[in-house]
Amino acid sequence: MAGAGGGNDIQWCFSQVKGAVDDDVAEDIISTVEFNHSGELLATGDKGGRVVIFQQEQENKTQTHSRGEYNVYSTFQSHEPEFDYLKSLEIEEKINKIRWLPQKNAAQFLLSTNDKTIKLWKISERDKRPEGYNLKEEDGRYRDPTTVTTLRVPVFRPMDLMVEASPRRIFANAHTYHINSISINSDYETYLSADDLRINLWHLEITDRSFNIVDIKPANMEELTEVITAAEFHPNSCNTFVYSSSKGTIRLCDMRASALCDRHSKLFEEPEDPSNRSFFSEIISSISDVKFSHSGRYMMTRDYLSVKIWDLNMENRPVETYQVHEYLRSKLCSLYENDCIFDKFECCWNGSDSVVMTGSYNNFFRMFDRNTKRDITLEASRENNKPRTVLKPRKVCASGKRKKDEISVDSLDFNKKILHTAWHPKENIIAVATTNNLYIFQDKVN
Amino acid sequence: MSAEIPEAASAEEQKEMEDKVTSPEKAEEAKLKARYPHLGQKPGGSDFLRKRLQKGQKYFDSGDYNMAKAKMKNKQLPTAAAPDKTEVTGDHIPTPQDLPQRKPSLVASKLAG
Repeated sequence: MAGAGGGNDIQWCFSQVKGAVDDDVAEDIISTVEFNHSGELLATGDKGGRVVIFQQEQENKTQTHSRGEYNVYSTFQSHEPEFDYLKSLEIEEKINKIRWLPQKNAAQFLLSTNDKTIKLWKISERDKRPEGYNLKEEDGRYRDPTTVTTLRVPVFRPMDLMVEASPRRIFANAHTYHINSISINSDYETYLSADDLRINLWHLEITDRSFNIVDIKPANMEELTEVITAAEFHPNSCNTFVYSSSKGTIRLCDMRASALCDRHSKLFEEPEDPSNRSFFSEIISSISDVKFSHSGRYMMTRDYLSVKIWDLNMENRPVETYQVHEYLRSKLCSLYENDCIFDKFECCWNGSDSVVMTGSYNNFFRMFDRNTKRDITLEASRENNKPRTVLKPRKVCASGKRKKDEISVDSLDFNKKILHTAWHPKENIIAVATTNNLYIFQDKVN
Repeated sequence: MSAEIPEAASAEEQKEMEDKVTSPEKAEEAKLKARYPHLGQKPGGSDFLRKRLQKGQKYFDSGDYNMAKAKMKNKQLPTAAAPDKTEVTGDHIPTPQDLPQRKPSLVASKLAG
């Protein structure tokens, strides 16, 4: 069964898997995965508020068959649980999103956020230390100054690499509702944070002030009909951003038009056939993720059953629609009862915007090649975890006779969901998060 | 050779059958409504959204809590089988054991192991 889901018939191979094999601790649930701009670093956030950063090994001349492996570079506790006594609100430490800043100097910077607070972290390396102090012994004890008879100049000597993470800015108290997105502007000076009803604009240097740029809270909460589900800045135009809603619409706003961008510049919405409307229509049309293409010409949205590609120049319908798991349409009743219908899947582009990827259930994930129109379903599993083992394509049998190697819809494990995936910005390396494990796959290098 | 079917009556039945056959979604909706007849008129509307906005709400009355703590000194501690540990609201008066342990993770992530 030749499966080609990538341009030029990519064959995906297992590379690495990280995390515990059997443990089912809630804190270990991975909640976000993000490559940095060069792809050298890969960050994950989890429900326990911890961030783990992996670094790709430098390519070894003797290892011609695979690209560098990702090894732990740094790990730190980003957020801690809090209780807001005034509002009787428990604030989870779960990291909702991580976004990297482009590298400006030797240190790396990232923004991480939980439901209420965004933090700017600086990750720096220390590989030398000063030795030969006059007033201090090597172990740090102070010398008696009267015993010093000669002076020497301290020198830097190499030491084992130490990677330190320190919080440089804390952006707090700007969100009444739960933050779902952060996005760094192409000006690299400002960023936005979005919660269910509002979007705020921040300057990376200023923590005591934030501008509200979108507010969809109705005067009377009884009239609430939709919430903001995701938001992102345009990759090139520093004045443009989009936000998606629980009703399946995307609004593009221009910050030059007015200070409060409540009136959209463009509204992207696919018309719905009213005769097809059901109780589930609105729920499954809710957009769980929106991502601009690297080119900035297109954007991709993920709703419960599909991935849609929109041309920014055309508001009335998407230019491409890909079905992720259409066979679930006849299971919506049970998926509503077990709450799976509310699962928020993310999606991502490859570096050249030719392939898009998103997760599904049973630890399956899907890729759609926009050029060849071929798609593939792969599984993140510890079986077949020998490096350079080519992944076998999977197929779900919707109804009728199940062929050999197919899996029937009723056998799918809905607790094994892949919500977070990331694609290296330049190479065919992908990071796929199952509930508490991180898988790294690469294309076969010959 | 098929028998003549009165057109008016069959049109409705046919539409229903068509719905079930061509729209699995409508069939699922019918299933849900059969199980939960009182499901709200506004699907995905205000109730559902407001529940989403209230995530994390845990009602805590310090007066009740301190009274319960004082009473406990004289009585036995409540059994470990307390009702749903996450419910610290409404009729259930919180006791020190019930309050969720809001300690940060002291253990490193297993991804780093």
